[in-house]
Amino acid sequence: MNETIETILSKYPNAKRDALIPILQDVQEVEGHLSVEAVAHIGKYLNLPASKIYGVATFYNQFRFETLGKYHIQICRGTACHVKGSAKLLDAFKRELKIEAGRTTRDGMFSLEVVACIGACGLAPVISVNGEVHAGVVPDKVKSILKMYREKDANNE
Amino acid sequence: MYIEANGRQIEAKPGEMVLDALNRAGVKVPTLCHMAGLFPSGACRMCVVEIEGMNGLVPSCAFPVQEGMKIKTHSPRAIRARKTIVELLLSDHPDDCLYCVRNKNCQLQDLSEELGVRQRRYTGAKSECNIDTSSPSIVRDPAKCILCGKCVRVCEEIQGVSAIDFAKRGSKAHIATAFDMGLNVSSCINCGQCIMVCPTGALRETSNIKEVMDAIHDPNKFVVVQHAPSISVTVGEEFGLKPGTDSVGIMTAALRRLGFDRVFDTSFSADLTIMEEAAELVHRIKNDGVLPMFTSCSPGWIKFVEQFYPEFIPNLSTCKSPQEMLGAIVKSYFAEREGFDPKQIFSVSIMPCTAKKFEAERPEMGRHGIADLDAVLTTRELARIIKMRGLDLNDMQPQPTDTPFGERSSAGKLFGVSGGVMEAAIRTAHYMITGDEMDEMQVKDLRGLNGIKESTIKVAGIELNVAAVSGLGNARQMLDDIRAGKKQIHFMEVMTCPGGCIAGGGQPVGARLDAIKARMKSLYEIDRDSLLVTSYNNKYIKKLYDEFLEKPLGHRSHELLHTHYAQRDVLM
Ligand code: SF4
Ligand code: SF4
Ligand code: SF4
Ligand code: FES
Repeated sequence: MNETIETILSKYPNAKRDALIPILQDVQEVEGHLSVEAVAHIGKYLNLPASKIYGVATFYNQFRFETLGKYHIQICRGTACHVKGSAKLLDAFKRELKIEAGRTTRDGMFSLEVVACIGACGLAPVISVNGEVHAGVVPDKVKSILKMYREKDANNE
Repeated sequence: MYIEANGRQIEAKPGEMVLDALNRAGVKVPTLCHMAGLFPSGACRMCVVEIEGMNGLVPSCAFPVQEGMKIKTHSPRAIRARKTIVELLLSDHPDDCLYCVRNKNCQLQDLSEELGVRQRRYTGAKSECNIDTSSPSIVRDPAKCILCGKCVRVCEEIQGVSAIDFAKRGSKAHIATAFDMGLNVSSCINCGQCIMVCPTGALRETSNIKEVMDAIHDPNKFVVVQHAPSISVTVGEEFGLKPGTDSVGIMTAALRRLGFDRVFDTSFSADLTIMEEAAELVHRIKNDGVLPMFTSCSPGWIKFVEQFYPEFIPNLSTCKSPQEMLGAIVKSYFAEREGFDPKQIFSVSIMPCTAKKFEAERPEMGRHGIADLDAVLTTRELARIIKMRGLDLNDMQPQPTDTPFGERSSAGKLFGVSGGVMEAAIRTAHYMITGDEMDEMQVKDLRGLNGIKESTIKVAGIELNVAAVSGLGNARQMLDDIRAGKKQIHFMEVMTCPGGCIAGGGQPVGARLDAIKARMKSLYEIDRDSLLVTSYNNKYIKKLYDEFLEKPLGHRSHELLHTHYAQRDVLM
């Protein structure tokens, strides 16, 4: 894991603080999230305290600090979806999974993320689960969608 | 140059901020985020004033003076703006004053009262927050945080630690450690300087009052207490005494009334520390040991070295701090002498410091499963328990300290101020090397509130470069210079808190610079007027060596009075 970070950091020789965001993006791209180890490593490299890196990273919605769930649920908050009630949909997922957006359930099964327009406005409100798009998802459907993935998981393994 | 404030001409210095000129002229403008000596952050807008010819209100802390500018500090508009800010802050604040450690000593409360806030104009859902009680020293209650940012700044800019920063944004913004972890696993060094700058009850010390009260009321416990050198010149402020008043006698009386079975003075074990530390210094010099040697009585500094500069661990004196030395002696020598089982003794120390609570919990600070100390209270907690018992320092008649640690030198007392340990150590080291007293006991270069003080002392033909540093940002600078070979130092004292223990993180909150100066002056006066100014002339110290310890750095000393350190792996 340190090697991955090393490889990324090697692309930023003599980096200063302004390289922080691109580095964080690269790390998240490869590892799926920003781990404590990664932040410690980046901190040493840029001579930045971990608290500061965490502060910067949490300022933006794009960074996550936990590994993705087995099933990563992305909820579209683009305009069309918003108009069709995606806020209520997000609430329903939060309630069902008992996690906030950006977090992963304890059993590691699901993670939740709010994303800007997926580009499927005609099907609003849409969600994508591991890249699989579900159209016209109303809050009532949340339970059955989650159940479906749980069953899928149980059968596959 | 002159400016006009509320129709009155006042003097201003070119380049300074409006607020500074106003304050010097005695014009009060409220602030929440302003920190004297640091760059203005302009975060809170409490300090807004009206300036003639300008449209909007201007934050006076961040606006430079201009010749002839006309300022209104309390125009209806300025007052309305401030009141709105307070009302907005209160809209996301628990109405908890009655349950709050800062009740009657809170800037938010004061402002709300000054500005006549009488109704809840803005209501909304309050932020949900978790209190962080993970640290042995500091409790963080984010619900009471107004995001002024002072704790973040003191931690980074004064202490060079950066354990905390702003996280998230908008309504989710809060002060956090990296990954929102507990303070106990962060790089926090427990100094409590964040508490000292916090305008509200969002930060406080971890309280140990209950353990102490339970022990006092337990008939099977013999409860001893010691008070640090600086406490006697600060605790009085909590009872309306003038800053710097030395209340050692009346404090001793109050401690007895509280039910402590013995009252000891940590300044006595500061003398003991000096005997050991001076001997260690002489030993290192004579035997080509690791130099520079660093003092080890400030536990925030110790953790700082362990995590940020582990390569300097061999430079730290192995001496335990005075509170731990006395703790160890009480549970050995004293227990034996008085016929107690050490387990029966409950040992309390009153400290100017929150990091001392952490220190007392270090596993190295004890023997055979018995801790040297059982509880540490801050000056503030001492004042609280005195008041809780319905007592007042002003009603007490002075009483002396208990034997067998009945006398201290004023050198021990100097531990309370930055540079004092160094001065005390030099006096004794000089004697140990030459066998003679120093001609001039006071080392002027090492006195005062500067963050870095240096001097060269000549002892028997050797030139010793010494330094006294306070505030760990300054220590960082010194360590970097020493590492880079830019400084040749033999002996360095480091105090975690700027100015030393008189301004420690456990002292009364809200003291201003003149109060801190008065405390310092008081300690210097005690030394000036003292008949016993050197640790090695303290007859109780001699007796302790004769009867028990034998000699400095001897076998017993190593077992009881010295310790070791280890690198700490924390998220920095
Ligand atoms: S922080 Fe101040 S205003 Fe808030 S509850 Fe405590 S005393 Fe009251
Ligand atoms: S106690 Fe000291 S080190 Fe810890 S957060 Fe507060 S200021 Fe920083
Ligand atoms: S904890 Fe206190 S000092 Fe820190 S930002 Fe909040 S109110 Fe300000
Ligand atoms: S004191 Fe000036 S903006 Fe806070």
